[in-house]
Amino acid sequence: MDETLKELGAHVKESLPDAVEEVIMSYGELTLVASAPEVIKVLTFLRDDPSCRFVSFIDICGVDWPQREKRFDVVYHLMSPTLNARIRVRVETDETTPVASATSVFAGAFWFEREAFDMYGILFSGHPELRRILTDYGFDGYPLRKDFPTTGLVEVRYDDERKRVVYEPVKLAQEFRSFDFLSPWEGPDYVLPGDEKATTPKAG
Amino acid sequence: MNAPGKIDPNVRNFQINFGPQHPAAHGVLRLILELDGEIVERVDPHIGLLHRGTEKLIEAKTYLQAIPYFDRLDYVAPMNQEHAFCLAIERMLDITVPKRGQLIRVLYSEIGRILSHMLNVTTQALDVGALTPPLWGFEEREKLMMFYERASGSRMHAAYFRPGGVHQDLPRALVEDILAWTHTFPGFMDDLEGLLTDNRIFKQRNVDIGIVSLEDAWAWGFSGVMVRGSGAAWDLRKSQPYECYDELEFDIPIGKNCDNYDRYCIRMEEMRQSAEIMRQCCERLLKEAGPVSAVDNKIVPPKRGEMKRSMEALIHHFKLYTEGFHVPAGEIYAAVEAPKGEFGVYLVADGTNKPYRCKIRAPGFAHLQAMDFLCRGYMLADISAILGSLDIVFGEVDR
Repeated sequence: MDETLKELGAHVKESLPDAVEEVIMSYGELTLVASAPEVIKVLTFLRDDPSCRFVSFIDICGVDWPQREKRFDVVYHLMSPTLNARIRVRVETDETTPVASATSVFAGAFWFEREAFDMYGILFSGHPELRRILTDYGFDGYPLRKDFPTTGLVEVRYDDERKRVVYEPVKLAQEFRSFDFLSPWEGPDYVLPGDEKATTPKAG
Repeated sequence: MNAPGKIDPNVRNFQINFGPQHPAAHGVLRLILELDGEIVERVDPHIGLLHRGTEKLIEAKTYLQAIPYFDRLDYVAPMNQEHAFCLAIERMLDITVPKRGQLIRVLYSEIGRILSHMLNVTTQALDVGALTPPLWGFEEREKLMMFYERASGSRMHAAYFRPGGVHQDLPRALVEDILAWTHTFPGFMDDLEGLLTDNRIFKQRNVDIGIVSLEDAWAWGFSGVMVRGSGAAWDLRKSQPYECYDELEFDIPIGKNCDNYDRYCIRMEEMRQSAEIMRQCCERLLKEAGPVSAVDNKIVPPKRGEMKRSMEALIHHFKLYTEGFHVPAGEIYAAVEAPKGEFGVYLVADGTNKPYRCKIRAPGFAHLQAMDFLCRGYMLADISAILGSLDIVFGEVDR
């Protein structure tokens, strides 16, 4: 299986040298890192090339890496029933640069791109109807971004006096606590309380 | 107002809301339908009314703590979802599940498949006007949920599959009871088929409704029964076998008319095949003994008894339930053949004890987005028949 995938990766790289930047094999899975403007070319090739036939659309999703300059990965998963193989295509983008929509290649990309837009604010150009899908009507913010708080920003309740549902800023009785539980011996890069004394030069 | 008999030149299409509280919507689905008379012109599904932010919550939990969220996705077949997540973790950690653990996993995945198909087939019959099938089917589901409870302590939200295997071994009496049940099940299926398969009304409502070609099915991201109904001999249990499916004997039914009725027939046959798989698992479980989960104590918690005697086991237990185990950095996609189609987990790990990103690829999400494509040109009454045949559960669509 690994051999077939390796050959396949080499074949795609050879056919589209400009569009495919890198071919990675890990855990027996094939990943193509594509350049964002060329992603439609890559997807169309994977679907139509007689030695690929990745006709089955599986998934599109975003991944957020806020420390990177281009903070988002858009990850496409495809499957080929003829080869019985899976492939992953990854492109990078940021908050303002749109990625070309895959709806022209796979009809099923429709909602998956809407979801990536809803969750991360990734823009897709040429998408027929890029609006929110999973979040509430009138929702503000992109919940799966790493800088969005897990507790959210507003909470909702039924107000008995006004006889309607009201939105209010979220109030926490206790601040949301996130413990990392990492062992201090295995390299978290923060300074434990008291450790700073070890490095400060002794006075006098 | 127009005078009677005079036709208004400005006749507009009629828009109605189907749901969010509709018995045939199988949950909180709001469909906005544009109708020309009784012909459906456009369908706009509004989803997300059950959105709980599962993916965000998982990012804040350790790997072990994330498992119960998977029960709450497709809540009619909980263990199948846990299975995909566990497979993803196991592949990244490179651990193998012992044979007995695999058999128990397969056994409970197939129970999940029957639970899901039973709910779908019978409630779809209810949507098109038959009351008896759900009453009969739910009795059978109740027995299966008892098996869930006897293994995990919970009828639905089991959290029974763990990275490395399953939580606890099954008592012998339970395996014997499941085996006995698999012998009674085919008789029940004959009864249920007697109610539906040749029923005139059921056929009128489902034959040649919701037709989808195989090419469209692949492009729309369909999987499972939806592609098998369109004639693809495709089942992950056969084509990309995981656990010990390649050692078990079963058949994959496929359809050829690509319509609702074929999908119904496939689900009925799959339930019989699942019972057959369960029988093979039970027989092997009664004969073969062994551990049910991997023995690596850095990943699998020690047994209670060990903890009373061994200091090391106690330390392992403490570390696993506070810090949890670390998964090496990387990304992986693991999929299982869930009852509704291909349920996949795309996991990005950053080397810590929490998932960096966990995308849940739910089959129902891909199926539901095709509602507009599937329903155009059909009658209003066909909407509920098609929706029923897609097998939608909102826990997994909205996540």
